Amino acid sequence: MLGRRGSLWFLAVPPFLWLLALFILPLIVVGAISLLPGTGRIDFSHGWPSLNQYQQVFATDIYIRRLGISAVMAFVVAASATILAYPIAYFLTFRARQRATVYLILLLVPFASSYLLRVMAWKLLLGSHGAINWVLTSLGLVTEPAGLLVYSQAAVVITLIYVWIPFAALPIYAALQRIDRSHLEAAADLGAGPWTRFARITVPMSLPGALATFFMVFIPTVGEYVTPSLVGGTDGFMYGNIIQDLFTRAGNWTLGAALAVVMLLAVLVLVLVALRLVDLRRVAV
Amino acid sequence: MTAAAGARRNAIGVGRTRVPLGPVYVLMLVFLYLPIAVLFVFSFSTNTTLSFPIKGFTTDWYGSVFKNAQLLAAARNSLVVGSLAATVATGLGLATSIAVVRFRFAGRGLLLALAGAPLVVPFVMMAVALFLIFSLLDVPRSLLTIAAGHSVIALPYAALILLSRLIGLDPALEDAAMDLGASYPTTLRRVVLPLLGPSLLSAWLTCFIVSFDEVAMAVFLAGRDQTFPVFLYGQLRFAQTLPVMIAMAVLLMVGTVTLTLVAYVIRARSG
Repeated sequence: MLGRRGSLWFLAVPPFLWLLALFILPLIVVGAISLLPGTGRIDFSHGWPSLNQYQQVFATDIYIRRLGISAVMAFVVAASATILAYPIAYFLTFRARQRATVYLILLLVPFASSYLLRVMAWKLLLGSHGAINWVLTSLGLVTEPAGLLVYSQAAVVITLIYVWIPFAALPIYAALQRIDRSHLEAAADLGAGPWTRFARITVPMSLPGALATFFMVFIPTVGEYVTPSLVGGTDGFMYGNIIQDLFTRAGNWTLGAALAVVMLLAVLVLVLVALRLVDLRRVAV
Repeated sequence: MTAAAGARRNAIGVGRTRVPLGPVYVLMLVFLYLPIAVLFVFSFSTNTTLSFPIKGFTTDWYGSVFKNAQLLAAARNSLVVGSLAATVATGLGLATSIAVVRFRFAGRGLLLALAGAPLVVPFVMMAVALFLIFSLLDVPRSLLTIAAGHSVIALPYAALILLSRLIGLDPALEDAAMDLGASYPTTLRRVVLPLLGPSLLSAWLTCFIVSFDEVAMAVFLAGRDQTFPVFLYGQLRFAQTLPVMIAMAVLLMVGTVTLTLVAYVIRARSG
């Protein structure tokens, strides 16, 4: 008969091995491949390790500039989605009362809708013959369709904010629900007005959740390539598009690997800085 | 929250500011639903390009969905990949959460960190990493490689859902079963699993949807057989197939929305 302690092996070892094989090891492999000197076959016997790829990354202006642009875009997307999701979560927590479930379900529908479909929806809205231009011309507000709406950085940012809002609302909702109501009642008893209570209690106590949400949106958005390839055009492409292109079209895996490593390190540095600022473990979703 | 607490809150007006949050919420819902609604209406239009105004209405695109063999194959592939990924992720998430919640051991913190770590790695990085290791090991890309990748990114979701449920479960129930002579595996099977049942289903459905909708990794990991998002992504550049694609995407969306709501209701009921 298997004891409790013996069972631990059967519980802990499979997930550990699975993540080792399909998460840690692949990341190490990317690192190793990024240190290959050439662009040809994967061959570790000649000239490995080499910093050739990294020299190329940092010598090519467009790569680092695009990483910067992508980080700024991701920042705008994550900050906007978090700020716009906050009143939604606040309403669900403090105002919706017995109808909260209905309102929450209304929020889950767009959340569960196909990602590609939602991106296509914005292409349909923003296109030069799209819905917005059609409405504007029908109303006589513009005489010629403004073709600039789609295929721009703005289109990418708007579309991504839209895609992330329902996702961002859920962890903030969880954070707001965890606030002990007695704090708010105590503050009210002591004469604090609604705004003071909001600014001095609700906001600080939900800040870790909001910051966690920010990063849960920011991290995937830095590496985004699907949305920019659909609505970004030549102006709105992101760092992820360069990586995708190196792998799918150019076949330059070694340089692509180096670009991916640079992105991951940049993201991890930002996350570690954030972890120093707030204890994210307190805000598990 | 109890009714009494709610009443007390009302009496002193906690959570009451003069900001009209109700209308703000409705506005946000309109913003969230309008694009989907426009696309839904558009899926019945006779227009073959993404353009307005709509010239006429038809249900032909929905009929064509069921005549397009490639499209149906891609949808079936997505079902297979999603089921595999969700089953693996839920199984491993279950094992992880029991180990982490019920045991104290040397690698506990590490296991917990590892299980959550895929959340802080951009998908394109995971895509590149798995693409390279599969190439290096001569593993042919197929539906299995997509499912393997998806199982990793879905695992944090399964682990989070099951962890939070398990923390709320009284360990005395397990002690009682073992005092009565059940082995630990029997206790897990006969006591813990039934209690976790709804959360397990909810975790599985969540993982399934994560996989079913995922495109950034799947593009890198797909072989000849494509999942529906990969197929859709590839077809979006060709205008002539666009209306059928949108119709199919709308149909599948109805499915995933239903699944998400089911997952939510199950979780809400099980507390």
